[in-house]
Amino acid sequence: MNDLFIIAPFTIGLIILLGILIGKYVVWTIQLSQIDKLRILHGFFTVRTLRAIREIFWESLLHRNIWKTNPLLGYMHMSFALGWLLLIIVGHIEAYMQASSLSVSPWIPIFFRYFEHEHFYGARFFAHTMDVLLLYVLSGVVLAYGKRINSKLFGIKRTTKLKPKDRISLIALWSIFPLRLFAESATAALHGNGGFLTSGIVFRYLQVTPNIEYTLWVLYSCSLAIFFITLPFTRYMHIPTEVYYIFLKEYGIKLKKQFNSYSKIQVYSCSRCGICIDACQMHHAQISNNQSVYILKNIRDENLTDRKLYNCLLCGRCEDACPVNINLNDLRISQRIKSSKEYNSSYDFLEYSITEKADVVYFAGCMTHLTPGIKKSILTVLDTAGVNYLFLDKDKGACCGRPLMQAGQIEAAKKLIAYNRQQILESGAHTLLVSCPICYKVFRDDYELGQIDIRHHSEYFLELLHNQKITIRNTQKSIVYHDPCELGRGCKVYEQPRELLQSIGTLKKVKHEKVESLCCSGSLGDLSLSMVERNKIKEQTLEVLLKPNPDILATSCPLCKKTFVKGVDIQVKDIAELVAENIQSN
Amino acid sequence: MIDVLIIGGGIAGIETACSLQELGLETLIIEKEKQIGGHLNNWDTLFPTKRSASEILEYYTEQIRKKSITIYLNTTVTSIRKQDDGSFEVYTSREVSFKSKTVVMAHGFSLFNAQRKEEYGYKIYENVITSADLEQTFKQNNDVFVNPMGKIPERVAFIHCVGSRDEKSGNHYCSKVCCITAVKQAIKVKQLSPQTQVFCFYMDLRLYGRGFEEMYREAQEKWGVQFIRGRLSEVAENIDGSLQLKAEDTLAARPFKMSVDMLVLMVGFEANKSTALFHNSCGVACTESRFIQPRHHHLSANATNIDGLFTAGTSIAPLSVFDTLNHAKAAAFAIHSYITK
Ligand SMILES: Cc1cc2nc3c(=O)[nH]c(=O)nc-3n(C[C@H](O)[C@H](O)[C@H](O)COP(=O)(O)OP(=O)(O)OC[C@H]3O[C@@H](n4cnc5c(N)ncnc54)[C@H](O)[C@@H]3O)c2cc1C
Ligand code: SF4
Ligand code: SF4
Ligand code: SF4
Repeated sequence: MNDLFIIAPFTIGLIILLGILIGKYVVWTIQLSQIDKLRILHGFFTVRTLRAIREIFWESLLHRNIWKTNPLLGYMHMSFALGWLLLIIVGHIEAYMQASSLSVSPWIPIFFRYFEHEHFYGARFFAHTMDVLLLYVLSGVVLAYGKRINSKLFGIKRTTKLKPKDRISLIALWSIFPLRLFAESATAALHGNGGFLTSGIVFRYLQVTPNIEYTLWVLYSCSLAIFFITLPFTRYMHIPTEVYYIFLKEYGIKLKKQFNSYSKIQVYSCSRCGICIDACQMHHAQISNNQSVYILKNIRDENLTDRKLYNCLLCGRCEDACPVNINLNDLRISQRIKSSKEYNSSYDFLEYSITEKADVVYFAGCMTHLTPGIKKSILTVLDTAGVNYLFLDKDKGACCGRPLMQAGQIEAAKKLIAYNRQQILESGAHTLLVSCPICYKVFRDDYELGQIDIRHHSEYFLELLHNQKITIRNTQKSIVYHDPCELGRGCKVYEQPRELLQSIGTLKKVKHEKVESLCCSGSLGDLSLSMVERNKIKEQTLEVLLKPNPDILATSCPLCKKTFVKGVDIQVKDIAELVAENIQSN
Repeated sequence: MIDVLIIGGGIAGIETACSLQELGLETLIIEKEKQIGGHLNNWDTLFPTKRSASEILEYYTEQIRKKSITIYLNTTVTSIRKQDDGSFEVYTSREVSFKSKTVVMAHGFSLFNAQRKEEYGYKIYENVITSADLEQTFKQNNDVFVNPMGKIPERVAFIHCVGSRDEKSGNHYCSKVCCITAVKQAIKVKQLSPQTQVFCFYMDLRLYGRGFEEMYREAQEKWGVQFIRGRLSEVAENIDGSLQLKAEDTLAARPFKMSVDMLVLMVGFEANKSTALFHNSCGVACTESRFIQPRHHHLSANATNIDGLFTAGTSIAPLSVFDTLNHAKAAAFAIHSYITK
């Protein structure tokens, strides 16, 4: 028979795949900024590369992060990735052993059983080992079938939808290993060279002819070829891209505000595992088309609509859940920047006033001005502690710029940032105090304030307490603390508010805390959500927060407070108010 | 078994009882507070007549005495249950329940809690009060008009639509009487303290009733009250206790600031909390705004989806005294024909 029909499809497929991959990655790498290219160069011969390899082992092969959220899903991904890789490695060793040389044609290990029927030293051992590995991968294939039929078996409420080209690729992938099983079994039936799985099980009662055997091997080769050729155009592009992404991430490359080739690499790294879908609270408002996996897919297919793009709280829950660590929030914002039409943002009416000097400058921001109770409390605490401060936006002031940033209006945001920045720097202060996590985030990320320490009031008040500048009376009341998205996931401040609250009352635990905390639904990141929809999300969050029946629901964000106040009968307080109410003058 | 049990001894409840008594039916009023009259006890003079609210209450007290209508005071109705025989069992806070052929829900409304609009500073800044607080001040009948800090205000601002027509408060509806109440109160402030400048910040003015427009004109022409179309965005306090308002003049389309010595929030109507209890206990239908839903807006505005269960007054929507009393009289007729049919 003509071996060409077995060897050719596979070989052509592999060459096309490698050609496209190398082409794409070279282009993407060239498109990176000069500094990012230098980062790769400088990082290459350092431990960073080893660290990347370690992460690739954990994440791309073992899929540790998926295991953490969903063991069954983790097993499925791992059996494909690790099982297949081992099949390739052990297959090569087997081929070398048989030939007693390292020079064998590249297709020999792939179609080994077809070409080699002779007995060699260790043949039995390899035959059994390869069967174990094949069985391992097949168990993953069975799970994958199961997941498509009923995703609930996996504890996943929702799964992603497939496009036709994805379907072709998926069917090819799903047939590779069953075809390999059948092909090897057919050869084993004719030549007796199989392991425990392939020898006999399938063809014990069936008459196998060399024709059938040949056809099965050709089919196996074709399924490999189809999978390889379709891979770069389907979701499976994530397999090589994720590996590449891990290297770049380790070399210290960060996502930029403007969508660039690194953003693209992140987009293509998404495996569509669907974990982000379940993390998203928008389902409570019956919104199920805006989740990150769909956005990434739309970016790839270039058919993202503004409706979907802007309908997102930017709460960051999906970003935290994503096993590939894609910067989902910033990616979305970069798309908003791309799509937003710059409006005529003139802030000529802002007057530069000469700033007074002070140790601490306090910036209340729009949200705190809308919650005078919080503002008053901050001032009370500062006065009691005898802090020398300047209230920057007491009478007039500009917005911090974060809401504009979230809306993608970056040029407008930059104008406000420049205005505020100059005044803050002129004050000569060593500390900038803010009472709103939304401001806090933009000050930390985008202001470039140099030596100035930026503090949220929960951090600052805790320092005052530690330095005995203030003392606080313990009320013995029970308190539940709600982590605001921008302070928690946004700026990673979790412990200071808790420690502060423990000096005021007894802190109770709730189900979703810290990095897993739920969104209050008030977010400025989404301006298209109706009040009714927001309320549905809020109710679900409140249900979790009020479970332990606290006396007080505490938070540290004026917007969270405003959002919750409308939904509960118990007291909703900002940490600042609780401190101010229970402060004792020395 | 009583013929008609009336929940609430506000003007709606009393008027229903008086009319029913004339039609020869036996009634019982259950009132939560220690006195009858509901919200009218708290108001000074009434628009559009500027006559005293107590005049109306005295009239009804007299009627109750004459007609010997029975009232249980200090008793709150907690739930209503429809019985198999079509009658009702009405449960109260006092471990007594009543059996009745029909029930009238005349339990009125609640005021919007202005603390929920924290940006306006109610209970945070001393000189911010509500329209209901201002009525109390008027009732004290002091010689000089002063703000809560005891100063004769140079400027007073009234803010319309607080907790009404406001998606963020969850209330889409208009409370109907607060525009004209602001006009009434603005005139009163000018009468008491002519040197005070008075401003009303409105979205649009809803002066729908008989005599309302005339009062509005009087406020402008005779008393110099200034009406500004604008939305207040936030309030800050100055050291001397005066208030900095940041608002947007929506006609001139520009932001502006103003300093005042006193701010009056025109709080709106909200459905009484009891409405939800009644909804849960007997399934009476409610609107999206949480008020009672009449069976037919035009043709049977007193009946509900439950046979024998009626409503009167502001339990269905914000209403003026005039509209409340008409609705109550109509309730009496509807009940009479239900019982005698
Ligand atoms: C600031 C302000 C000023 C106003 N000024 C005017 C004006 O000048 N002119 C005018 O025409 N209108 C005015 N109004 C409108 C007027 O107040 C109402 O039209 C009137 O009060 C409606 O009466 P009611 O009986 O329907 O309700 P309410 O006055 O609310 O009476 C309801 C009664 O039911 C009782 N109750 C409630 N729940 C229960 C229960 N579960 N069990 C037993 N009893 C219960 C309450 O205690 C109360 O006594 C004003 C409203 C406001 C907010
Ligand atoms: S964005 Fe992350 S969590 Fe969502 S499907 Fe892609 S890889 Fe999974
Ligand atoms: S950021 Fe929040 S709202 Fe937006 S898609 Fe992710 S989980 Fe959903
Ligand atoms: S009556 Fe006037 S103040 Fe009251 S809610 Fe309607 S428009 Fe607003």
